[in-house]
Amino acid sequence: MFAPDRVLIYTLLIVTSIYYLVPLYVMIITSLKDLDMIREGNIFIPTARPTLDAWIKAWSQACTGLNCTGLAPGFWNSVFITIPSVVVSIAVASISGYCLANWPFRVAEWCFTILLVGSFIPYQVFLYPLVIITREMGIYSTLYAVIFVHTVFGLPILTLLFRNYFASLPEELFKAARVDGAGFWRIFFQVMLPMSVPIFTVAVILQVTGIWNDFLFGVIYAGPTNYPMTVQLNNIVNSLQGVKEYNVEMAATILTGLVPLTIYFLSGKYFVRGIAAGAVKG
Amino acid sequence: MSRPNPLFRNLTSKVAATPMIFIVLVVFVGSTAWTVASSFTSIKTLPIFTPREFYDTWVGWDQYVRLFNTPRWITSITNLAIYGLLYSGFAFVIGFLLAVLMDQKIRAEGVFRTIYLYPFALSFIVTGKVWAWILNPAFGLEKTVRDLGWTSFSFDWLTNRDMAIYTVVIAGLWQGTGLVMALMLAGLRSIDDEIWRAARVDGIPKWRTYLQIVVPMMRPVMITIFVIVASGSVRVYDLVIALTQGGPGNSSQVPSMYIYEKLFVGALAQGTAASSVLLLATAVILIPWILVEFGKKGRG
Repeated sequence: MFAPDRVLIYTLLIVTSIYYLVPLYVMIITSLKDLDMIREGNIFIPTARPTLDAWIKAWSQACTGLNCTGLAPGFWNSVFITIPSVVVSIAVASISGYCLANWPFRVAEWCFTILLVGSFIPYQVFLYPLVIITREMGIYSTLYAVIFVHTVFGLPILTLLFRNYFASLPEELFKAARVDGAGFWRIFFQVMLPMSVPIFTVAVILQVTGIWNDFLFGVIYAGPTNYPMTVQLNNIVNSLQGVKEYNVEMAATILTGLVPLTIYFLSGKYFVRGIAAGAVKG
Repeated sequence: MSRPNPLFRNLTSKVAATPMIFIVLVVFVGSTAWTVASSFTSIKTLPIFTPREFYDTWVGWDQYVRLFNTPRWITSITNLAIYGLLYSGFAFVIGFLLAVLMDQKIRAEGVFRTIYLYPFALSFIVTGKVWAWILNPAFGLEKTVRDLGWTSFSFDWLTNRDMAIYTVVIAGLWQGTGLVMALMLAGLRSIDDEIWRAARVDGIPKWRTYLQIVVPMMRPVMITIFVIVASGSVRVYDLVIALTQGGPGNSSQVPSMYIYEKLFVGALAQGTAASSVLLLATAVILIPWILVEFGKKGRG
């Protein structure tokens, strides 16, 4: 029952788990303290008198420069960036994956190979050219530019995901539909899509967390009025005015991580499938 | 009946794939080519497009010479080398060990996986802010240990010029090892049970089976994981911004910060030259992966 190697395995697993959990724990207990407790206390010991004041301040009153609007506008900007970006990137990638899996032609296959290699190129290489491209399209420094950029960088992994999934569906279904006279779009909407709910779920989770967590593209392409939550968090924490309010910083940090964390805890299995898709190919 | 023009076969598919083809040609191919080409010119703020403009501003390797004579760039690439090697190395070893532990038919596997992987769902900005707080010498770990009575305890890496880059490694590992663990575990699970049975029958100890049979069998998965981890570490940006802002001084600067600054403050070609260096670094990392992928196709 208590063989020594089992004890060792569980000990190691539990000790490492603690290391992974400590930052979350510290974040939560710090956000529930007031400033006096932070100055006197120990970061690992929770307060006896928890308060949500720091959360309220982080959400609606914390300042960046002269703006004291809290994180709330950043939250809504992130929502308005994330939803269309997820929809557009998945639409483009699922159709591209469908072309590659079921209606392949040579140029598309070349492009797909370039895409797979290109997905490893550092973003820094594309930053300025994408400024030029979005400026030429007349969308630089708007929501549309960020949506476009997220579509571009979501394309490699998502196309791979969809191509492999569509290719794994039984070919007979596709052939039967063609014999019945269904064309490209009809097969896509009426045969493929109804069978693809799991892969769309994986793709949505992958994209929502990825886009919500983005910082760089938001800073460069969205324009100051559309700055996402990550950017606003960074600005709030970095605006040095008077006493540093670490409890407000930690509350703001949790608030920013809340959406991806919630998605992660609700959808663990799909999340793992999404991140594994790129490495362990079907 | 005349044969249809092959150009129009699959026409709908060709139309439907246009956005992908556009993105690949214009963004992935075109932008990369533009970045590399412009790094050989002297442009500062206005981008150029025509061969004539490139000819007029062409300066050869000047930007690269200037780049490698800039102390801040040297600091940046040194930091990137430290971060890349330590992060990739530790993520690999810790991720593999955790995956092996998880593979021992343990109870509550789901709970442990959830714990190891949740930081990966968080952004680098959030990761950086949490660790900046824990590592804050005035309030965090250092103060806590001193308050316990060990008054000479020192853990000031965040504000220490020589050590700041290592805090980025600590925070990065916290965020990223779960991913490596999950990928390694998927690789371990893909090993046929027969192999384990055969090794057991032959009386080979477990640790030797892992090192001498399982690890070599996982080589393709390992190479893919290596490429993902290493090429990801070349991009490191948000984490440093959130954790140290490149400081104290310039001590924890990384190349992506240098590039960002040059691109948007009127030293365009210097920025694209620095980007091209990162591109080259990524190419070096990618070669093993391309060989594996290419080899797979060769064997059918």
